[in-house]
Amino acid sequence: MFTLIQKRPWYFMISATLIALSIIAMIASTATIGTPLRLSIDFTGGSLLEVTFDAEIAPEDIRAMLFDRGFEEASVKTVGGGRSVVIRTKELSVEEIEALKNDLVETFGEATVQRSETVGPTIGRETTRAAVYAILAAGVAILAFVAIAFRKVPNPIRYGTCAIAKMFHDVIILMGIASFLGLVFNWEVDALFLTAVVTVVGFSVQDVIVVFDRIRENSTRHRNEPYETMINRSLLETLHRSLATQLNSQFVMLAIILFGGATIRQFIVIMLIGMVTGTYSSLFFAVPLLVVWERNEWSHMFKRRAQPSTA
Amino acid sequence: MRQHDGRLLILIVIVTALAAWVAWPGNPGIDIKLGERNITRDIRLQLGLDLQGGMQVLMKADVPEGQTVDADAMEAVRRIIENRVDGLGVTEPVVQSVGTDRILVEMPGIDDPQKAIDTLKETGLLEFVDMGDTFLPEGTIVQTDYLSVEPSETVTETATVYPTVLTGRNLKTAQVNFDQTTGQPFIAFELDAEGAAIFAEHTAANINRYLAIVLDNQVISCPVIRSAIPDGKGVIEGSFTLEEAQSVVLQLRYGALPVPLSVMETRGVGASLGEESVDKSVRAGVIGLVIVLLFMLVYYRLPGALADLALIIYALITLALYKLIPVTLTLPGIAGFLLSVGMAVDANILIFERMREEMRQGRELGRAVDAGFRRAWTSILDSNVSVWITCAILWIFGNSFGANMVKGFAVTLALGVAISMFTAITVSRTFVRFAFRVFGERLRDKRWLLGI
Repeated sequence: MFTLIQKRPWYFMISATLIALSIIAMIASTATIGTPLRLSIDFTGGSLLEVTFDAEIAPEDIRAMLFDRGFEEASVKTVGGGRSVVIRTKELSVEEIEALKNDLVETFGEATVQRSETVGPTIGRETTRAAVYAILAAGVAILAFVAIAFRKVPNPIRYGTCAIAKMFHDVIILMGIASFLGLVFNWEVDALFLTAVVTVVGFSVQDVIVVFDRIRENSTRHRNEPYETMINRSLLETLHRSLATQLNSQFVMLAIILFGGATIRQFIVIMLIGMVTGTYSSLFFAVPLLVVWERNEWSHMFKRRAQPSTA
Repeated sequence: MRQHDGRLLILIVIVTALAAWVAWPGNPGIDIKLGERNITRDIRLQLGLDLQGGMQVLMKADVPEGQTVDADAMEAVRRIIENRVDGLGVTEPVVQSVGTDRILVEMPGIDDPQKAIDTLKETGLLEFVDMGDTFLPEGTIVQTDYLSVEPSETVTETATVYPTVLTGRNLKTAQVNFDQTTGQPFIAFELDAEGAAIFAEHTAANINRYLAIVLDNQVISCPVIRSAIPDGKGVIEGSFTLEEAQSVVLQLRYGALPVPLSVMETRGVGASLGEESVDKSVRAGVIGLVIVLLFMLVYYRLPGALADLALIIYALITLALYKLIPVTLTLPGIAGFLLSVGMAVDANILIFERMREEMRQGRELGRAVDAGFRRAWTSILDSNVSVWITCAILWIFGNSFGANMVKGFAVTLALGVAISMFTAITVSRTFVRFAFRVFGERLRDKRWLLGI
């Protein structure tokens, strides 16, 4: 039998490293672009134009043209091969976007507008506010859900706290990854990113509940087993199930990433990463945390954690 | 128990057949005659703007800060906008109020966004203004004593306030006609009885004076009254193109907006991107589904095959419900549907894992099946409730500012999970029980078939 739970100091170290890296990414992002995450026009307001040209095009040329036209702050990004670009500018009216498109066609030859979006500053502010509310609401709802799910367990607070600590763990890491992707690949955080985060939170809390459920059940069924053995048994039993179900969702998500349209690719990638980290942290963060708490080995833990980090 | 299962099986077959009929792409729609009543409905999959191309505009009542718009005025705005959109020839537009002072308009297949927006947001306030002896050139912004709208642009404004004789309120009809000789479009209008009376009186008393035709405070033309017009019929001539004339007619015909609107957000997707998205999503969906089906078959053998059957039924029912409710499909919506496929399988995996455990402990097949379904139930319910909570939050979030992408995802995911409660539990349980009864204890020796 694998001894999973006995290796818990390692899991804490992995989690601590991931969280540290996430925070570093967000600090680096704040230092470079001013926000911990690269925000899309959904939040900041502005205009976006995706154009596909008939011939291949160098983004620098477009950038130079935009600069000449007075769009100094515009950003240009190539997408899907060399013929499509996404141009992001300050807020433009429909007339101005039309004029810009005509300018582009005149300078660089025939082009099709794939997407054009304009978000006013008011909407941007409101979306940001709604996003904050959505996350708060998700937190409160999950708190209530955990409280109800674990009302009959001894020490429900411990289970609940571990589930919520895990939620923060997942969200921080997901934000760190988004921040990193924003810095390196210019990925932007939009309303769909938020949808992915809220969904991941829902799924990951549900996942931890399944694991805790098993512990709850095994703690009465295998009463005479040592605590660690019982936890280990629960982990192994749910690991099987977690892997099987996760695999299915991941097949589907991979299919969308590989074969689906580009419009929702980032959304699905974030969701996929979130699901993987969510499952990992159910088994290897939330459960070890619970064990440490139940066995009251806090002080002991820190001593043990200090060793490998100096090694 | 036996009879109960048999009945369920029949029910499942009927539901599947119905769902398959509705989901069938060539479905002709419903056309039933029940005595006097005639039920006609076509059954089609509704695609969102990101899949068929088109434009979404969010507009806000443009009133001075601190001033509120009452609900009646907003409802009037919504109706007028709806009429104007219909007038643009958009098929299946969506016009809905968002919050207290906003209107969200979705126009599939719109190819000229500028014209569309102009037609929508202009107030459409037509005034006949008594200019006395002053002639004003076309395009001048005038101030009139009929003050309800602020001029949308601050171009040179006349200092004098001119009296308004009539407004578009008294208009009965308006239409575009063409000048026989020049081919220039003009607008022919007819006033209602009250308007015609005022018009007749005014024109009779002011012969040889100017009567400006003003739309949204802008002079369209400034003709001289040559003779009294008793019948309330007249024309508006100006140097407009056919499109402009049509746009003005739309605005006149459906009345003036009680409040001016300003555009807050526009999102447009080209038809080609939409088409590409549909193709790619279908491909991704099929590939994803096939992999899941294969996985279940290989990993769980016979029960897996039965779960696959349940999953196909699930897909059919979901598709049928999308068409019937109807649910407008968007790209994130498709993602939500595919994700719910994962959830549907998740329930089966929970059940089968429990079943395997029971069988390994040497339990008799039938009992192992029942125990598997019974014991997995709490976990399934827990996880589904948490998904519903998540979806509810997302829906509220998406609804608060008209983000239909977010809403689409929440709706399909929540609906999918609900349907999976039926297919992954009731349907697959009935199948597994039925199979076990048919093959009986012969299965005992073929453990590989059970995937134990």
